[in-house]
Amino acid sequence: MSVVEIKGVTKTFAQGNVTALEDIDLELEPGEFVSLIGPSGCGKSTLLRVIGDLTPPTSGSVTVNGKPARQARNDGDYGIVFQDAVLFDWRTVAKNIALPLEMLGWDRDRRKARVETMLDLVELRGFADHHPWQLSGGMQQRVSIARALAFEPALLLMDEPFGALDEMTRERLNLELLSIWEKLGSTVVFVTHSISEAVFLSTRVVVMSPRPGRIAGHVAIDLPFPRTVETREDPRFFELVTKVRELLRRRGEHLLPEEEELLEADR
Amino acid sequence: MKRIGEWVPALVVFAVVIAAWEGAISAFHIQQFLLPRPSDIVKTFWTARHSLWPAGWYTFKEALGGFAIGSGLGIVFATLVGRFKNVGTAVMPIAIAANAVPIIAFAPIFGAWFGEVSPHSKMAIAAVLCFLPVMVNTLRGLQSASPRQIELMRSYAASELEIWRRVRVPTALPFVFTALKVASVLAMIGAIVGEYFGGAFNALGVLINNGAQIFDFVTAWAGILVASLLGLALYGAVAGAERLVVRWAPDMRDA
Amino acid sequence: MLRRTATVAAAVLALAGFWELYRWVWTTANWGWPFHVDNTSMPHLWTIFEAFGQPTQVNQPALATILFHKSLFTGKEALVGFAIGALVGFAIGIVLAHSRLLQRGFLPYIVASQTVPILAIAPMVVVWVNPKLPGPLQGWGAVAVIASYLTFFPVTINTLRGLRSADPRALELMRTYAASRWTVLWKLRVPASLPYVFAALKLAATASVVGAIIGELPSGLQDGLGGAIINFNQYYSFEPQELWATNVVAALLGIVFFVCVVVAEKLVVRRAPENVA
Repeated sequence: MSVVEIKGVTKTFAQGNVTALEDIDLELEPGEFVSLIGPSGCGKSTLLRVIGDLTPPTSGSVTVNGKPARQARNDGDYGIVFQDAVLFDWRTVAKNIALPLEMLGWDRDRRKARVETMLDLVELRGFADHHPWQLSGGMQQRVSIARALAFEPALLLMDEPFGALDEMTRERLNLELLSIWEKLGSTVVFVTHSISEAVFLSTRVVVMSPRPGRIAGHVAIDLPFPRTVETREDPRFFELVTKVRELLRRRGEHLLPEEEELLEADR
Repeated sequence: MKRIGEWVPALVVFAVVIAAWEGAISAFHIQQFLLPRPSDIVKTFWTARHSLWPAGWYTFKEALGGFAIGSGLGIVFATLVGRFKNVGTAVMPIAIAANAVPIIAFAPIFGAWFGEVSPHSKMAIAAVLCFLPVMVNTLRGLQSASPRQIELMRSYAASELEIWRRVRVPTALPFVFTALKVASVLAMIGAIVGEYFGGAFNALGVLINNGAQIFDFVTAWAGILVASLLGLALYGAVAGAERLVVRWAPDMRDA
Repeated sequence: MLRRTATVAAAVLALAGFWELYRWVWTTANWGWPFHVDNTSMPHLWTIFEAFGQPTQVNQPALATILFHKSLFTGKEALVGFAIGALVGFAIGIVLAHSRLLQRGFLPYIVASQTVPILAIAPMVVVWVNPKLPGPLQGWGAVAVIASYLTFFPVTINTLRGLRSADPRALELMRTYAASRWTVLWKLRVPASLPYVFAALKLAATASVVGAIIGELPSGLQDGLGGAIINFNQYYSFEPQELWATNVVAALLGIVFFVCVVVAEKLVVRRAPENVA
């Protein structure tokens, strides 16, 4: 059974008459790491939000774990990470990670144990009682990832999670994310606009084109696991990067900046 | 210790101002009744304690009652109005306009309503003064919750009530406390100025006003000292409560 | 703009309706809590508005004319006080922003003084300042001093806060231009502080009117709204509508001051609205 099944999804925004997504079909198998890549305004973030039932599609259907997206959300079937960490200032690091667990009604001891596991996982042991403003941007994003993974969702939705970080932090977090993914075996949908990041992380890259947002093609990434720093120097890595880039170039006419803003405003 | 070092300039300023004040009076032979020496004010603060302190306590109770009623109603009202976004945006400009009204000028009317001498009229004026800023800020706070945080909560299938409790209320708390600090000062002002329009014989505002009228400035200043200490106490209590409740915020280094 | 006006008009009508409804319910039910409602405690709105057109004593102009002149007088006190207080507050804010030593020395007192019931000092200031003023300023000058006193505190604090709010990257940019302190102040820090300063000026606009009205009480001045309030208060049991009418004018004066600052802000601060408290 597919983890995510998208059939004929179209999304138009009434305001400005923009077609953000047109007739999207996409299936995700369990354990896949799929990146959505495309120029700004291609609807990749919108697609992610449609999967998470944070915005309804205009037409078409989305199922997650065989259930309608609405029910999957109500059942807590996925975790989400945004571009900025979206931590609650009034909660400590530990309590931020525990937030979804509280919502699921876990008892205190169970929460505590899980939070410790998660802190180890993202290597933030010792920062449990810090408040978000005391952490660097990279650390905040790690807390956000730990929060998303805390209840072991089958599906992890990530919306340009490392977009605001510097290249070095980004590459380190890429490695960390991969090792976490290998450990937990969850399915990941990862929105990015960095080609090398998409190729490095994914088992499959979905290239999207704008106006209207469509899927331009799929690139299966057959790089071996575990991926390491050397993977980035592998000739196969460069071949795949080139392949994605060509797909993007073929289909991707860029939007004008003001049109991007319009789309942003709609979201 | 760095912290103590930071206070040195403030202490120096305090000492210099007091010394200059005392010195100027001696040097220029300023008449005692016009500007009393600080030492005399402190002396009167102590010698007249049997009339001043109970008067202060009496007025403080009025301020406290008004503060509690006004702030409480402000928070309740904002919470109710904040549930409906449209009502909230409609109420805001009206509340802001009402805030521009010199409400203290209405003190005589509150006297007519609740009794000129009665403490209730002062409580009422203090309550109205406190109500507006608390209401406006609470509403603003409830409305300034981050959309992303709300979205995150939705991804957890959180109910509106849970979003309110876990996102909106914590976001609003710093706003509420900012307003409560303002209100604590306004309450004291409201009570004292309310008493200028008539108050009990043994009330602080009456004492200060009478002192000024009969050129007994030492007593008037001592009364102001009492008022200041009580005002600071109320403000300090609110600020202390803020520290306890809003523990997450980085220390506000300035005011 | 039209919608704004409509909202305001609707709000005023709603308040008026609430007033009369409250009156009606309380008098019909004869409730005594929180206070007894009758024609004295809550005169009919039309009684209040009729009062504007009638003279308070025989051979005198209508109340509206009297109150208009009195509000001009109080407005003058408030305006002068506002101007002095704003300028002094702004200047002190600039000085404090440039010296950590002065800041540490004076800021605690400036902050603490906000927690002190400043208005309590009004009687003292009037008796003390008045004799020292030259002839034409006699009387109202002391009241303006009180108004300026109330204006000065919020402006100082917010100027300081605003000057410090300048973007650190912009400050570094100015350093790459080898800009002098003076240039940095006028080209960067002052513009950055403007939203904060205006937030304070909005508070101060109301505070200066409050200061002017309260300042008139101990000074025994009869030319302003404060004097009128004391005067009509004494006749409240006979003619409550006159005190109410005076208070309506006082409220309008406060709102006019506030609106003037808002308009000035719109003209001066031409950029995205920022959230400064």
